[in-house]
Amino acid sequence: MDQKVIYLDHAATTAARPEVVEAMLPYFTEHFGNPSSIYSIAAANKKVITDVRERIGQSLHAPAQDIYFTAGGTESDNWALKATAEAYEKKGKHIITSKIEHHAILHTCEYLAKKGFEITYLDVDENGIVKLDQLKAAIRPDTILISIMFANNEIGTIEPIEEIGAIAKEHGILFHTDAVQAYGQLPIDVEKLHIDMLSASGHKLMGPKGIGFLYIRKGLKLRSFIHGGAQERSRRAGTENVTGIVGLGKAVEVAMETMEERREKETFMRDHLIDRILKEIPYARLNGDRNRRLPNNVNISFQFIEGESLLIMLDMKGICASSGSACTSGSLDPSHVLLAIGLPHEIAHGSLRLTLGDENTMEEMDYVVEQLKEIVEKLRNMSPLYEDFIKHSK
Amino acid sequence: MYSEKVMDHFQNPRNVGEIDGASGVGTVGNAKCGDIMRIYFDIDDNQVIQDVKFKTFGCGAAVATSSMATELVKGKTIYEALEVTNKAVMEALDGLPPVKVHCSLLAEEAIHAALWDYAEKNHIKIEGLDKPKSDIGEEEIEEEY
Repeated sequence: MDQKVIYLDHAATTAARPEVVEAMLPYFTEHFGNPSSIYSIAAANKKVITDVRERIGQSLHAPAQDIYFTAGGTESDNWALKATAEAYEKKGKHIITSKIEHHAILHTCEYLAKKGFEITYLDVDENGIVKLDQLKAAIRPDTILISIMFANNEIGTIEPIEEIGAIAKEHGILFHTDAVQAYGQLPIDVEKLHIDMLSASGHKLMGPKGIGFLYIRKGLKLRSFIHGGAQERSRRAGTENVTGIVGLGKAVEVAMETMEERREKETFMRDHLIDRILKEIPYARLNGDRNRRLPNNVNISFQFIEGESLLIMLDMKGICASSGSACTSGSLDPSHVLLAIGLPHEIAHGSLRLTLGDENTMEEMDYVVEQLKEIVEKLRNMSPLYEDFIKHSK
Repeated sequence: MYSEKVMDHFQNPRNVGEIDGASGVGTVGNAKCGDIMRIYFDIDDNQVIQDVKFKTFGCGAAVATSSMATELVKGKTIYEALEVTNKAVMEALDGLPPVKVHCSLLAEEAIHAALWDYAEKNHIKIEGLDKPKSDIGEEEIEEEY
């Protein structure tokens, strides 16, 4: 029984574009040389790294030299936070972040807290937007860093980055943003937004896994996080992941060229999906901001049912999605993001995240709605919570 | 991640539903943790479970363990039903992933909660039966909404 797969988990990862894979292949074999070597066959490798660095710099309105390749978003986040903490601890040991950051930020902050740093976790409003008043009030003379994600990976909310950047600049505090979900989807200008550090990852924008970068504004005292050779201007040792860098470069090139049309297409599909689900399935609510939202993100809670059951049933219909339920988080608590926007536990357990991509179609959106209607009804008919709700509302 | 039997019982759960005027009803779990099971028994004068139904809010394993638990107690006496442990439910399902073992415990407790309700309604004491810790009354669930 061959079933067509409808992939709606692009926030988790994406398939590499065929042109990305094609661009990478020669660098496994023909151009295998170590970029640090002197002989001429390695020269192409050195050049291609420079080219990709320049392309990424342009995409952010940043100088190419401020782009440092890493193994991905998590490494970039770790580097930005730990190296800032180390470099600026004489100035202060206070860091401000939010409650809805990715674990790459939150767990790094927990680590730093154990090392004597003080972390303020800002609240968000019911749509997941960081409270700017609270941010201003949290700033202290010993605050060295503000780290707020560009857009949230679960609920798609886009944070007021420009305002946060301005506040950070005004107070002379460094500003880092985890842009893993936003980079390639939204235009980003690090000058205009006063961003000092920015993390991004290749596999979220149809590039390869295991490659990402950290933008570090010139003049920052950040030291190396990985020690060894003199690669990346002695700030990130290790023979360059040339194939990964080439793949990332191609992915960035296509992402920047197609950003507008993808944004338009995905926003249209997203809104269609949201509108139909909310209209046709009772007791469903949209999580995250309706407008300040990534073009490809849909996150909806269905009352009285649990997310993992929903995911398994969707999977049986060939639909790949994710959930913020405890069963998918590996703990007893549902997603920290859904709890931070004020959802009760049992409603957070029934959340469904659908993240769209370039290759999805309107027909697929309609198919998903039809399947969801049946599945939600089936699970509700099995749910004691729904049974009680119906009895009590009679 | 799940065995074929778990998937079968999740996709085609046995005995889903309610029993009007049930001899015993037990609801266990916690909506906060994402698992609630309710089991209904129809028990005859010979203390044999003639019919059993369930409703479950929870993950795939929670649904499958409830389904299997109802299969294992159907047609049994209340004392035989008391012997159905979480281990028996797990074995019947060809095992569960370690993080899902608590679901099978919940299934065992749901049986005990329904038996406890039956015993209370009939003013009898079932030897070897304790009130399950995770037993919840309907009122408590209602508060969640």
